[in-house]
Amino acid sequence: MSAPNSKPFLRLLDFAPVALFAAVLLVFGLMSDKFLTVANLLQVLVQASSTAVVATGMTFVLLTAGVDLSVGAIMFVGAGLAGKMALGGQPLPLCLLVMLGVGLLGGAVNALLVTRLKLVAFIATLATLYIGRGTGRWITQTRAMNLPDSFLALGSAKWLGVPLPLWIAGAVILVAQLVLTHTPFGRQLYALGNNAEAAKKAGLRTTRLLASVYILSGLCAGIGGILALSQLGSVSPKFGELYEFDAITAAVLGGTSLFGGRGKVFPGTVLGAVLLKSIFNGLVIVQADPYLYPLITSAIIFLAVLIDGLRCRLIDRMERRKVFGS
Amino acid sequence: MTTPSASNEQRAINDEPIVSFAAIERSFFGVKVLKGVSFEVGAGRVVGLVGENGAGKSTLMNLLGGVLQPDAGQLRANGRPYAPKNPNDARAVGIAFVHQELNLFPNLSIAENLFLTDFPLIGGGAPWIDRSALLARATALLHQVGLVHGPETLVERLPPGERQLVEIAKALGADARVIILDEPTTSLSSRECERLFALMRQLRERGIAMIYISHALGDVLRICDDLVVLRDGERVGGGEAKEFTHDRLVSLMVGRQLNQLYPERRASRQVGSDQAAKQAPEKSAAPRLAVRSLSQPGIVRDISFDLAAGEVLGISGLLGAGRSELARILFGLDPCVSGEVRLEGRRLDGGPRRRIERGLAFLTEDRRQEGLCMEASIADNIALVTLSAHGRTPARWLDFTGIKSAVSRMREAVRLSPKATDAQAVRTLSGGNQQKVVLGKWLLAEPKVLILDEPTRGIDVGAKFEIYQLIHQLADRGAGVLVISSEIEELIGICDRILVMRQGEITGEFRCDEFDREKILGAALHSSRA
Repeated sequence: MSAPNSKPFLRLLDFAPVALFAAVLLVFGLMSDKFLTVANLLQVLVQASSTAVVATGMTFVLLTAGVDLSVGAIMFVGAGLAGKMALGGQPLPLCLLVMLGVGLLGGAVNALLVTRLKLVAFIATLATLYIGRGTGRWITQTRAMNLPDSFLALGSAKWLGVPLPLWIAGAVILVAQLVLTHTPFGRQLYALGNNAEAAKKAGLRTTRLLASVYILSGLCAGIGGILALSQLGSVSPKFGELYEFDAITAAVLGGTSLFGGRGKVFPGTVLGAVLLKSIFNGLVIVQADPYLYPLITSAIIFLAVLIDGLRCRLIDRMERRKVFGS
Repeated sequence: MTTPSASNEQRAINDEPIVSFAAIERSFFGVKVLKGVSFEVGAGRVVGLVGENGAGKSTLMNLLGGVLQPDAGQLRANGRPYAPKNPNDARAVGIAFVHQELNLFPNLSIAENLFLTDFPLIGGGAPWIDRSALLARATALLHQVGLVHGPETLVERLPPGERQLVEIAKALGADARVIILDEPTTSLSSRECERLFALMRQLRERGIAMIYISHALGDVLRICDDLVVLRDGERVGGGEAKEFTHDRLVSLMVGRQLNQLYPERRASRQVGSDQAAKQAPEKSAAPRLAVRSLSQPGIVRDISFDLAAGEVLGISGLLGAGRSELARILFGLDPCVSGEVRLEGRRLDGGPRRRIERGLAFLTEDRRQEGLCMEASIADNIALVTLSAHGRTPARWLDFTGIKSAVSRMREAVRLSPKATDAQAVRTLSGGNQQKVVLGKWLLAEPKVLILDEPTRGIDVGAKFEIYQLIHQLADRGAGVLVISSEIEELIGICDRILVMRQGEITGEFRCDEFDREKILGAALHSSRA
C-alpha cells in the first residue's frame, strides 16, 4: 500500500458529518438556552423536512454521478400552479396532485435530455432550471400569492403528536432507503455510479436506471414543494430558490459522493439536511448578522465538497492498478 | 446438420464442441487483424490461446463475447450457429468472461456483484431482494471457488486474486459452460495462481470449458489441454498441449516476418552510444538521462539505466509490464518513493512543467486522449508546449508571426501532409499525421531526452517509416531517445539497445549485436513460476 494510513483517515472522514453535527448542537446549545429545547428541535426537523425530501431525490441522482439543478424550479412551477388552482377554488387534494404531476413531468424532461439527447446532467438540468423559473414567473405573473388556510393547516396538523410534514418526510425517506438497500434497482444504481461502462457490460439497463433517477428526483421535488408550501402558506417569486444547492449540500455533507456510487439516504443525506437547517435555526436564535448566512453556507458547502474530494482521492489511491502483486 | 429426433439432437450436442470458430475474419479501419482463424473448444477442455501483443487474441474473444461482430466466418455455440449482438447474447448461451481489468463493482458486496442482474426476489414477484436467499446462494458459489469471505464483504476489501475468484464465482452463478480467462494471473502472487489453477482443474472435471489467454507460457503448458497459437491474426499452430514445448511455442509466436522496413541508421550502430557521446565533445561525460534504483510499490522495482546522447534505447515488454508507468514516473506525472533520475548529471525533479524546461519530452501512448487537443488546430497543437516562449515582453502578448513561422518550420521537419491547413482541426487528420503533429510539438521544444510510448500504434506503414527517420535524426543531433513499443521487430529495427521489462523490473538488456526476437520475448515472458 502506498499510503498505509489512508484507511483510518478515510474512516475519520466518514465520521466528519456526525462530529460536525455534535459540534453545532454543542456550540448553539451553549450560546442560547432556547436552542436545545424539544420544541425548537422539533421545529428544526419540520424546517428540514422539505430539504431532506428534495435531497433524498438528489441522492439518487448523485449516486449515478449526475446532478439535478432543476429541483427548486420544479417546486416553484408546481407551487405556482397549485396556488393558482387553489385561489380559483379547486379542492386541496387536486392541487397537491398537480404538484406531484409537475414534479414527475419535470423529472421526465430531465430524463429525456440526459438519456436520449445525451446532454451532460449539469447543463441539461441548468436548462430546465431556467425553463422552470420562467414558467413559474409566467404562471404567477411574478406576484406573491397568499394561499387558502387549508395549506397552512396541512403544515401544522399533527398525528400522534408528530407534525404531518415529519410523517410525510419520514415515509419518503423510509421508502427511499428501502429502495436503495433492498431492491435490485437500488443496488444497480450503485453499480452504475461506480462504473457506467462496466455496468453496461454487466448487462444492466443503464438508460432506464438513469432515466428513473431524474424522474424520482422530480417527484421528490414535488413532495418537497408541498412540504415547503404547507409551512410558508404563500408562493413568492423566490419560492424554491437555491433548493438545489441546499439539497446537494445536504447529500454531500451526509457522505454522498459527487463522483457517483457512494452515499446513503439514511442516516447520510437526512443527517446532512438536519445539520444544515440546525445551523440556520441556531444562527437565527443567537441573532447572528443575516449578512453572515451566505458566508456560513458557502463555508459548509466548501467543507462538504472538500471532504468528498479527499475521500475520493484516498479511495482512488487505494484502488490504483498494480503492475506486480505484493 | 439435420437432427430428426430429440435423442439424436442430444447426442449431436454432446459430441460437438461447445464453441467453435470457423474461418473468422475481422478488419479494423481496413487493416485485417483476423485472417481466417478456426478452432474449437470442447466440453471440459482448457484451451490456451497464445500470441504476441496484437496477434488478435483480444479481438477473437470480443467476437465471442458479442462486443464485436466478425466480417466473415462463422461462430457456433452448443451446436448451433451463434451470432451475438451484445454481451447479453453471450451470457444467454453460457459464455462468461473473466477480464484482465475486472468488471466488479468495488463499492458493492460480493453477493451483490454475483447477482447484480439476477437478484433473488421475495416471493418471486415483489421488487424486494430476498436477502437470505441471496446470501445463501452467494455462500454456495463462494464455497465452490474456495473463498472464505462472507458474502456481505465489500469487494473493495479483497486483494486482486480473490476478486478474480469472485469473477469466476459469478460465471458459475450464470451457469457458464465456457469461461474465458484473459491474463488472469498478471496481478496474482504465485500462491494465488496455484489456487486459481486448482479451481480450474475442478471446473474442468465438471465439464466446464475454458479459454485461457496468457503470456505466462509455463502456466499455459501446465494448465491447458489444447493450444492455439496466433500470429498476426493467423493461426500458426495448435493441437494438444503435450505436443508443445516452451521453445517451440516462442518460435511459433515470433515467426519470421520481413514485411516491415526500417531506415538505415546513419551513425554507426556497432559502436552505438559511446561513439555518439564522443561526437558531441562539448557535452560533459554525463549521460543524457541516468536512472538509478527507481522504485514505486506495486508499479516499478529497482529500475536503473543510462541513456546516452545520440542513443535510441528501446524498452520492450508485455502489456502491463510497467513500461508506460515508468515513462510517467520519468516525466513527473506519477510519484516514486525511492531512486533518482538525473538529466545531464543534474537531478531531475518536480512536475512535468519543470521537466519540460529541463529538456524532457514525452509522446504518450494515447495520442487522442493525452497527446493532442483533438478539436484544436494543427498550429495550436504544435505551438502548445513552447507557447510561453513566444510571449513578447513586457505584456507577454503572443507573437503570432513568430508562432506561424515556427509551426511551418515544424510542419516541414515532420513532413506533415501539405494538404492540411494550419487552422485545420487535428481531429480531421489521419493517425500518422496526428502523430506527426505530436512529434512536431515536442521537437519545437528541442528536447534533450525524448520518451516515445508506442509511437507508431495505429499508423500506416509509410508514416511509420517517416517517424522512424525522425527518431534517428533527433538522435543524430545528440538527443537521447527512449522508445517503448510492444512490437519487438520495430525496436530491433530502430534501436541501438533494448531493455526488457517484466512485472515492473528490468529483466534483460540487449546491445544491437545481440538482438534476437526469441531472446527478447523470452525475457519478457515469465517462462515458469516457482
